[in-house]
Amino acid sequence: MSYTRRTKDELARRVAQDIHDGAYVNLGIGQPTLVANHLPPGIEVVLHSENGILGMGPAPAPGEEDYDLINAGKQPVTLLPGGVYFHHADSFAMMRGGHLDICVLGAFQVSATGDLANWSTGEAGSIPAVGGAMDLAIGAKQTWVMMDLLTKKGESKVVPQCTYPLTGIGCVKRIYSDLATLACTPQGLQLIDKVDGLGHAELEKLLGLPVAV
Amino acid sequence: MINKIATSIAEALTGIEDGATVLIGGFGTAGIPGELIDGLIDQGARELTVVNNNAGNGDTGLAALLKAGRVRKVICSFPRQADSHVFDALYRSGQLELELVPQGNLAERLRAAGAGIGAFFTPTGFGTELAKNPDGSPKETRMINGKAYVLEYPIFGDVALIKAERGDRWGNLTYRKAARNFGPVMATAAKRTIASVYELAELGGFDPEAVVTPGIHVSAVVRIPRVATQAGGFKTTA
Repeated sequence: MSYTRRTKDELARRVAQDIHDGAYVNLGIGQPTLVANHLPPGIEVVLHSENGILGMGPAPAPGEEDYDLINAGKQPVTLLPGGVYFHHADSFAMMRGGHLDICVLGAFQVSATGDLANWSTGEAGSIPAVGGAMDLAIGAKQTWVMMDLLTKKGESKVVPQCTYPLTGIGCVKRIYSDLATLACTPQGLQLIDKVDGLGHAELEKLLGLPVAV
Repeated sequence: MINKIATSIAEALTGIEDGATVLIGGFGTAGIPGELIDGLIDQGARELTVVNNNAGNGDTGLAALLKAGRVRKVICSFPRQADSHVFDALYRSGQLELELVPQGNLAERLRAAGAGIGAFFTPTGFGTELAKNPDGSPKETRMINGKAYVLEYPIFGDVALIKAERGDRWGNLTYRKAARNFGPVMATAAKRTIASVYELAELGGFDPEAVVTPGIHVSAVVRIPRVATQAGGFKTTA
């Protein structure tokens, strides 16, 4: 049987479906920011940006940019009515203190038990940069990863053990991917859903890992 | 009488010594005290340790300070940016030492310095390469109530350069939008804090409920002409 991968927007919509009304959410740099475009109508979600914003709104209209009001990716954003500013130590205390409900991040690799590698490929000679990745990984009540299941070479990004430098240990609760949604548990992977036409055995073969139903 | 208002940037920056640790506010484009950094270049102190979230972008501000060869070490969370070529070249050629710190640990280490905390256990970075000291030895860790933590120490500044919006002669400060970022916490962590402001207020001219940094943390306030914060440091297209 054949199957079709979720597009980036379909994946963003899939993540957005699981965000509850009233949630405080941090969307990581890159693909996770797309989730904001797909939040179901009628629910209110407060977006956190680690540089000191709660209630972050969409990008401003061209010509309206204010570079004192930027997101963690340093791109201009807006503030919704009710939004607030605070300093960096408060912002990370909010995160580390477990006050955010959900954090959605990209990843290079995730282990079956939820170890995350997303800050460095460990390549020799590259300039290391971590930003808030390690704080985000362990900070929210739930950390979700959003990524393609396979690398461009077809290797699984879900692994028994991360080979890239770790961002955090046992911190990822769910993996939302182009082929399947998986829960990471201390016992390993558990299936939440998969795209139509993708067999269970085939998914396990792609991953090289067992997936409990 | 207390009057922390300096009449010039040069006056505000007097006394910064070679080898000083300089905390510089700002995150990306917002809150970078560009005028004070230019003043520091003119002031001439060398062998500096600079603490900032980033490590400069483009050719101005912090990048210009690095390019002038005045910095020995950078403590930051995210040196690599789309246009961080000055840092990149100095780092690759071994002319600049880097201590990479997760962003929240950076903020909390500064907060600890200002709050009289000797050290603190944080879950951030446990089990990672950044739970090591610069010499490669592991940082102290502890299990507390079943959760793993790393011991982190404060970062003290000799001087902090921060960008605020409005100040008065007692040094009370307000900020603008997300330009607040590291300013309030750096102000507490340095022996001497110098703030640039766009507006000076009379004492009592502020709503006391709205003051973000109480003047006790500020040594000098210097007014600068208002200019709009410029874009920079990010990729314009994905």
